[in-house]
Amino acid sequence: MRFLTLAGRRLAAALPALLIILAGLFLLLQLAPGDTVDALVAQIGGADATVIEELRRHYALDRSASSRLLDYLWRLVHLDLGESAIYGKPVIDVIVERIPPTLLLMGSALALAFGFGMVLGIVAALRVNRWPDTLISTLGLVFYATPSFWFGLMGIFVFAVYLGWLPAGGYGTIASGLAGWAHIADIAWHLTLPVVTLALIFLAIYLRIMRASMLEVSTLDFVRTARAKGLPESRVVTRHVLRNALLPMVTLIGLQTGTMLGGSVVVECVFALPGLGRLAYESVMQRDLNTLLGVVFISALLVIAINFIVDLLYARLDPRINATH
Amino acid sequence: MQFLQAYLRNPAAAFGLVLLAAVLALAATAGLLFPDNPLGLAGRPLQWPFSNPRFWLGTDHTGRDIAAQIFHGARVSLVIGFVATVIAILIGVLIGALAGYYGGVIDDLLMRVTEAFQILPNFLLLLVLVAVFGSNMETIVVAIGVVSWPPAARLTRAEFLTLRNREFVQAGRTLGLGDARLIFGEILPNALPPVIVYASVIMAVAILLESALAFLNLSDPNVPSWGNLIGGGRAVLRDQWYVSAIPGFAILLTVLAVSLVGQGLNDALNPKLKNR
Repeated sequence: MRFLTLAGRRLAAALPALLIILAGLFLLLQLAPGDTVDALVAQIGGADATVIEELRRHYALDRSASSRLLDYLWRLVHLDLGESAIYGKPVIDVIVERIPPTLLLMGSALALAFGFGMVLGIVAALRVNRWPDTLISTLGLVFYATPSFWFGLMGIFVFAVYLGWLPAGGYGTIASGLAGWAHIADIAWHLTLPVVTLALIFLAIYLRIMRASMLEVSTLDFVRTARAKGLPESRVVTRHVLRNALLPMVTLIGLQTGTMLGGSVVVECVFALPGLGRLAYESVMQRDLNTLLGVVFISALLVIAINFIVDLLYARLDPRINATH
Repeated sequence: MQFLQAYLRNPAAAFGLVLLAAVLALAATAGLLFPDNPLGLAGRPLQWPFSNPRFWLGTDHTGRDIAAQIFHGARVSLVIGFVATVIAILIGVLIGALAGYYGGVIDDLLMRVTEAFQILPNFLLLLVLVAVFGSNMETIVVAIGVVSWPPAARLTRAEFLTLRNREFVQAGRTLGLGDARLIFGEILPNALPPVIVYASVIMAVAILLESALAFLNLSDPNVPSWGNLIGGGRAVLRDQWYVSAIPGFAILLTVLAVSLVGQGLNDALNPKLKNR
């Protein structure tokens, strides 16, 4: 029950921003050259004026912009995102098919970036301003400055072309007929390079935050107390510093969700993964605005949902947060 | 002077400055060293670097000189990065200043808009803007600026919240200064330094965003862009990997230079935080 009230409150807080997004997207649609009817007419190879008029009325394009905006919002509430021009199916069906690869890619990349970022950040903080710190921090800067698509291409060249260890792209071997664990292993094998590519930038961010956060917490009074009462250094680090230093890392997951979705567009394009990001790219290339806006809308919902989960996690990690709210 | 000394004492920052100067030098000498159109046919396609003294970085799959594209690409990357950053900072500072100074309903409203922009994944919004408004250079620059301002707005707002009730502002108010004078003449100069430092982050991201768009063939096809060259080299990655590899290093070094300079400025401005 508490979970539901919390979820409700979070959704209510996100609602104004979501409305602004939708109104903005609607406005952009108005600015785009040509409307649904123009696209349809072009697709069927021209039509006479009365038919076009009829179609406009059918799609309610003859009504005022404000009444159409309300109509648009009402349809979105029902997750009715319209028809996709290139796939000839409802947009929501196309999107639902494309969500699993993206979530899998993002989730694995996040886990990898979080785990390695944490460990490297701790090592750097414990050896601050000595060579391990310098090395790790430099590596972090370089990773941060590397364009992900370029890293992906170089990864393909080294590991797929030159060494032949990993596949160059795709989401599983085509028509392999694999089932069960073999199928999962096949997908994992195909996702290795994309996941590492996407994780790299975020690894850089996580390790920097972890290092800063460890250094910050280790100056606090309770850490001095722990040292003063004679706890061994390893226990001070694991029990006192680490647990508190993790909080900003968790915040970062929520903050970085949008960036990660954007990054997965590029990574999915490089590795030919059938995910949400590639769908966005395809719909830009094919001028299928309905699908594109659908992807953006669903992505916004995804970001809100992930931020909600992060908040729950945060409250579990830091009991003080529940006490104040 | 003292500031410069503090800055240069940091070897990473000094290195960043040298690197940035090198990229600027590439951009400045592009027209001099490679007066021809860098996107024009220059010679036989796919010549390896150092194999032909005329094209010391080789030629790409359509016979264009890679070195010329690297030099001219430096111009494009820096200009796009810089102008997009200026746009993002202008929008961000304006919204952050108004929200932080007035508070109340205006703050609520502007922060909801900021949230909306933060919920939307940057790159997806960029794709929408490109799909709607087309992909010539001006549109791309404005679009990158438009998706990058929210952090600057939040930063400015936070600064304004701590500054707006300080004594010097109250003194200005009792002297009868108007809101505009107080915001832009009194508070803003004090709120600006952290925002300017943050601009380096925005610029680094802007350069990466442009290169990603160009890589996906969604940027202006008529300007030589590093990302575009990488995207073109993708078709010949199997054998002529250098076509994609070389411009990638250029992007990496440029973004690294911008981030190092930004971090150096930050450390020089906040010496206490240097060890973080």
